[in-house]
Amino acid sequence: MSEKSEKTPVAEVETTGHRWDGIEELNTPLPRWWLWTFYATIFWGLVYVVAYPAVPFKESSSKGFLGWSTRANLAKELKHQTKKYAHLDQILITTDLGKLLNDRELVQYALARGSSVFISHCSQCHGAGAGGAFGYPNLLDDDWLWGGSIENIAYTINHGIRNTTDPDSQISEMPAFDQTLKHDEIVTLAQYVISLAKLENAGEKTPENELFLENCSGCHSENATGDETLGAPDLTDAIWLYGSDIVSVKKTISSGRYGVMPAWGQRLSPADLRSVSVYVHGLGGGE
Amino acid sequence: MDYLKLLVLAAVAFIAAMAANWALDLAFQMHALLILLIASCVFIRILRRTGSGPSHKQPLRGYNDSIVRAGVFATVFWGLAGFLVGTFIAFQLAFPILNFDWGQPFTNFGRLRPLHTSAVIFAFGGNALICTSFYVVQRTSGARLFGETLSWFVFWGYQIFIILAATGYLLGATQSKEYAEPEWYVDIWLTIVWVSYLIVFLGTIFRRQEKHIYVANWFYLSFIVTVAMLHLVNNISIPVSIWGSKSVQLFAGVQDAMTQWWYGHNAVGFFLTSGFLGMMYYFIPKQANRPVYSYKLSIVHFWALTFLYIWAGPHHLHYTALPDWASTLGMVFSIILWMPSWGGMINGIMTLQGAWDKLRTDPVLRMFVLSLGFYGMSTFEGPVMSIRAVNSLSHYTDWTIGHVHSGALGWNGMITFGAIYFLTPRLWGREKMHSIAAINWHFWLATIGIVLYAASMWVTGIMEGLMWREVNELGFLVNSFADTVAAKFPMYVVRGIGGMLYLAGAIIMAWNFVRTISEPKPLQNNTHMRYVEG
Repeated sequence: MSEKSEKTPVAEVETTGHRWDGIEELNTPLPRWWLWTFYATIFWGLVYVVAYPAVPFKESSSKGFLGWSTRANLAKELKHQTKKYAHLDQILITTDLGKLLNDRELVQYALARGSSVFISHCSQCHGAGAGGAFGYPNLLDDDWLWGGSIENIAYTINHGIRNTTDPDSQISEMPAFDQTLKHDEIVTLAQYVISLAKLENAGEKTPENELFLENCSGCHSENATGDETLGAPDLTDAIWLYGSDIVSVKKTISSGRYGVMPAWGQRLSPADLRSVSVYVHGLGGGE
Repeated sequence: MDYLKLLVLAAVAFIAAMAANWALDLAFQMHALLILLIASCVFIRILRRTGSGPSHKQPLRGYNDSIVRAGVFATVFWGLAGFLVGTFIAFQLAFPILNFDWGQPFTNFGRLRPLHTSAVIFAFGGNALICTSFYVVQRTSGARLFGETLSWFVFWGYQIFIILAATGYLLGATQSKEYAEPEWYVDIWLTIVWVSYLIVFLGTIFRRQEKHIYVANWFYLSFIVTVAMLHLVNNISIPVSIWGSKSVQLFAGVQDAMTQWWYGHNAVGFFLTSGFLGMMYYFIPKQANRPVYSYKLSIVHFWALTFLYIWAGPHHLHYTALPDWASTLGMVFSIILWMPSWGGMINGIMTLQGAWDKLRTDPVLRMFVLSLGFYGMSTFEGPVMSIRAVNSLSHYTDWTIGHVHSGALGWNGMITFGAIYFLTPRLWGREKMHSIAAINWHFWLATIGIVLYAASMWVTGIMEGLMWREVNELGFLVNSFADTVAAKFPMYVVRGIGGMLYLAGAIIMAWNFVRTISEPKPLQNNTHMRYVEG
């Protein structure tokens, strides 16, 4: 930069004549572009205030000549979406669950809708990909605690598991065995249960264990394959909801487990419930 | 006078002891013990002095710079603390394991976040504002600071406020209002301190030897007065018990939300904008050694800014239970605010007319100019984000976090660093800072840090905004919330690295500061009044 262009504009303007700790002020007029942009935003603001709801009255407010309203916009959007698929929703909630799966168009719609229900309401526990987590079952496999038919899945989603809000909730309870068994018995039992899942062939006859037959087979059945009507897990597969190491299994046996699922029938619309049931059924393991 | 003080302190200590005994929660108990300790120490100090006769030295003359020195020290200290916590919580978001199971609930992000925001805004920013305002108002009024004891009460009272607030968050005392988290008794204490601050500042203005009040002081005064008003209204609450920290807000629902964001927005407006513009109007003309560009612009943009800012709060509540009309007005005032905000930037940058060449050699001036650049950028970004259509994308996303930080790290941080580099040699009577190269390092580390921070937050913010609203061809949502969190991971790491660079710059500054003030051979102290000097 040349010296001229730096110094000239300064020299042309006078200071205000005040001085504070050596600081002076120039009497430069307001920059024109600044002033006009400021006026322009004020003008725009006035127009906007007339166009949109802006002035509060006692009971309501001015509506603005565009008639814009967030509530009305939302209602319109919702109405549009509901209307667009009203006929499909109607079929979805009236068709018999078993037959529903045969209607290709309906299933496609239910899957799209069910997926958004799932990511909004189910993914918090079961994971966005439905892979489950510690204490929250994986929904991608074909191992079902309470049954994997579409009817069973729909019932579980509707009424939930071990909750206190729905009298029809799926209920069962694994006792805490530290009340009835000695510590070394629990250790033996835990080792036995772990060994069950390691057998090469599922069909192979499991070695019998007296402790197991006395305490566990009532729910988990004599060959330890579980009972879906009681939500009792199959102990012979490699799927473990609460961990398969000796510490976890000992804890499960001594304190019991009590997984809870809310009754979604109380929160979601019938169409949402149906679609998410179809979606979960279609994740890979539906029977 | 000393006997009265002793009486008050004894009463405070007594009440604190009772409060500690009957406390209903941990935070209240700890705070009562802390107050008991402080009151007892001050009591003993005064008691030892009492009766030793009028030890009075000559009347104090010249500027009161010891309080400014203490303030600069506190600014550096709290800055480091605030940046450190900020960098740590940035990494907590990227790596949740850093919440530490063993440290729960104290090391939880939810408790550390208000610790960070309060530490940087109120501890770092607040101390910077208080100490620079004390320096500037004395220099530009040609008068010694009003209230010898009162000004020290402001300084120490404010530090006690910071400690009560910070420890309260960790111990779980919060009224859950953003930037107004401290509970009722801490609010009452801050009110006392703040009114004292106003008295000290106004008292000095009244003593002034200059005919006119300098523009920097208008801004400082508007900051002090408005913050007092905001603080009082937003913190109206009824304690559940006088022996517990919990209180209930007077306002409820959307009224509470609106009061909160009227406060929150103007905390940005008057604490982080007006107050720091006060700094700008003194330090930039001094450092550049040029006259302020336009007196007219300073008047017009001061009044426009002050009048308009106070109405813009509703833009924080677009698309909520807030009525549409309020949301419209918030947006309109935010847009009109654009030029008044830029007035400060223009006046600052154009003050460099005839001194542009100094930017090549003077890293402190470069810091000031960069801070004005970020000020201009974020005061443009703000109005843009207040537009409803833009806000429907940006709201609740990291874009907001990025916006706040380009203002906070860029504008507030850089101008404060510049002021610290300006003040330190002058206050401690040194010729210049210990290392000019270190200032350069600080400048570049901080600049790169801010760029990484802002850029990564733009990317994640816009990305998550788009992911949240993404629907499939049938009109149903595509992404779960957890999907968006997972997608943000890489940018969270970049943001953390940006924070580390910024922190590294501040550490270099702290080193430079300590080296400068511990150097031998001070020049002659510079506290005599220029006005008297003629």
